[in-house]
Amino acid sequence: MGAPRLTGPQPVPEQAVAVHTATHSQALIHAGDSRRADAAFFYAMLACGCSVLALVGLIVYELITKSSLSWHAFGWKFFFRSDWDPVNDQFGALPFVYGTIVSSILALLIAVPLAVGVAVYITEMAPRWLRGSLAFTTELLAAIPSVIYGLWAIFVLVPLLRQYLQPWLAKYLGWTGLFEGPPYGIGMLAAGIILAVMVVPIVSSITREVMTAVPQQQREAVLALGATRWEMIRTGVLRNARAGIMGGVILGLGRALGETMAVTMVIGNRPEIAKSLFAPGYTMASVIANEFSEATGDLYLSALVEVGLALFLVTIIVNIVAQLLVWTVTRGTPARSHA
Amino acid sequence: MPEKTMLPADFSDAPISLWRRGLNFLVSAAAIGAVVVVLMPLGAVFGYLIYKGIGSINWAFLTQIPKPPGEAGGGMANAIAGSVYILLIASSMGVPLGIGAGIYLSEYGRGTRFGNLIRFTADVLNGVPSIIVGIVAYGLVVLTQGHFSALAGGVALAIMMVPTITRTTEEMLLLVPQAVREAAYGLGVSRWRTTLSITLRTATSGVITGVMLAFARVAGETAPLLFTAFGNQYWNWKLEQPTAALSLQIFTYAISPFDEWHRQAWAGALILIVLIVTSVGAVRLVANRGMLKGAN
Repeated sequence: MGAPRLTGPQPVPEQAVAVHTATHSQALIHAGDSRRADAAFFYAMLACGCSVLALVGLIVYELITKSSLSWHAFGWKFFFRSDWDPVNDQFGALPFVYGTIVSSILALLIAVPLAVGVAVYITEMAPRWLRGSLAFTTELLAAIPSVIYGLWAIFVLVPLLRQYLQPWLAKYLGWTGLFEGPPYGIGMLAAGIILAVMVVPIVSSITREVMTAVPQQQREAVLALGATRWEMIRTGVLRNARAGIMGGVILGLGRALGETMAVTMVIGNRPEIAKSLFAPGYTMASVIANEFSEATGDLYLSALVEVGLALFLVTIIVNIVAQLLVWTVTRGTPARSHA
Repeated sequence: MPEKTMLPADFSDAPISLWRRGLNFLVSAAAIGAVVVVLMPLGAVFGYLIYKGIGSINWAFLTQIPKPPGEAGGGMANAIAGSVYILLIASSMGVPLGIGAGIYLSEYGRGTRFGNLIRFTADVLNGVPSIIVGIVAYGLVVLTQGHFSALAGGVALAIMMVPTITRTTEEMLLLVPQAVREAAYGLGVSRWRTTLSITLRTATSGVITGVMLAFARVAGETAPLLFTAFGNQYWNWKLEQPTAALSLQIFTYAISPFDEWHRQAWAGALILIVLIVTSVGAVRLVANRGMLKGAN
């Protein structure tokens, strides 16, 4: 027997909702017997909701307790020392912090102009029939898993860098000191470029979202004053969407900071701080990925978890700031500039 | 339509300076250039996947387990099965939790401070780097069990699925008009029954979209599996044993020095991307049929 189930046809057409329910109403009334079932259901759903809180609590708890050993051994100095020597139990995370920051900033420098350009084209310039498919295509970039980007970078991007881009950069921009040393292909530059490819879809989709939120009248008003299309986009759209675009950029930063696999596969994984972008580096996420499962010794493991804790805190703060910025635009209160 | 003569003044053929027109042209060209540059890696990645991968997909690849390094032949059958296995474990935990939390947010937590806290926390959880989730699953499952396991991998991926499913479920349920719920209450249907049989039922395709998105998102995840599922060169169906996964196998093969393994890495990547694009495509199909089937 069991509780009677609603087995009507899937699509519920207009007004049919009531009719449909009416035919089964007898069953449904009896099925939900009493307040006790209601209360039980409420608590079950509440428990599911609380599980979200519990998961974040668990993450924080795990990271803090498992890293306490390293925290007590090194304190704040952990983040300012550049020696990473598991054999002698000496751990300093500076090279990883440096690698994470440099690769992420490099990625943003490449990705942001491209992403904003794509967003501007899709929302303001593209013919209507092209918009949807173009937006879907750029979003498809976000669906490709990190490990596939890594695979592609190892066998396609890195050889290209080694043979063409790096010699060219060394020849014309070598004097800056950023592009010197042997062109291995693998290194900080490769990591920055592959990260840029992965960050573009996020930044461009948020930018599109906030640009769409700018009222149409803004555009019409500026155009009516005789502005060219670019002047309209600059003064009417971009200026109003500024805070939201910044939010998108910071969201991209959050993604870049925590990105693991593709970076691990091409950055070279050497805990050194070098000025040249050709040199191999290491990031916080990569060191965990590479060394966690073979870390022998409690202090070693604890040091890796502490790197994870730092990464966690930074990405959380970055993401919250980004969310707030995006909200200021999409929540109907465009952050107007008075510049 | 006002007649043209009724406009106060007509500046439409007033000259725009060469500089302004030139700048407009340059910026338009730059935007198109950006689109081309962004589409290039997309084309290159898919092109290479197909070009390098398709030749290596054969019956042996799909049915055999890996051969020792350096030996030709062998396949990724255990990794493909392992991925599906881990994803099933993850879904069995993540989907009910996520949908339940979504129901709580939309049906009970609307506008309450506690609801907002959960919503905010879900967004925070969504931004946690996947490698961190791996550390947590390691601490929770691997350390207590004493070894790497399929269960640990499933827990890690489940944690990553929850926030996505929660937020999409909430959004889809909020789209169901209040009148539909009231109609059910008016007929004397209890609240829980209304939620499950009327509200959730109406939003089914939207909720499924969210689940598929979460699924596609974690299907290619590698970092959280590195020290949870760990990988395995052989078959494994035990919950508490290390298990192979497609993404892990691609990683191991890609950084190995063997050409034969590189070849198989491409083939594995092609299979993985087909899996993901199919589920994203299915989402588009479902989404195009309307989030809410006729309930508006």
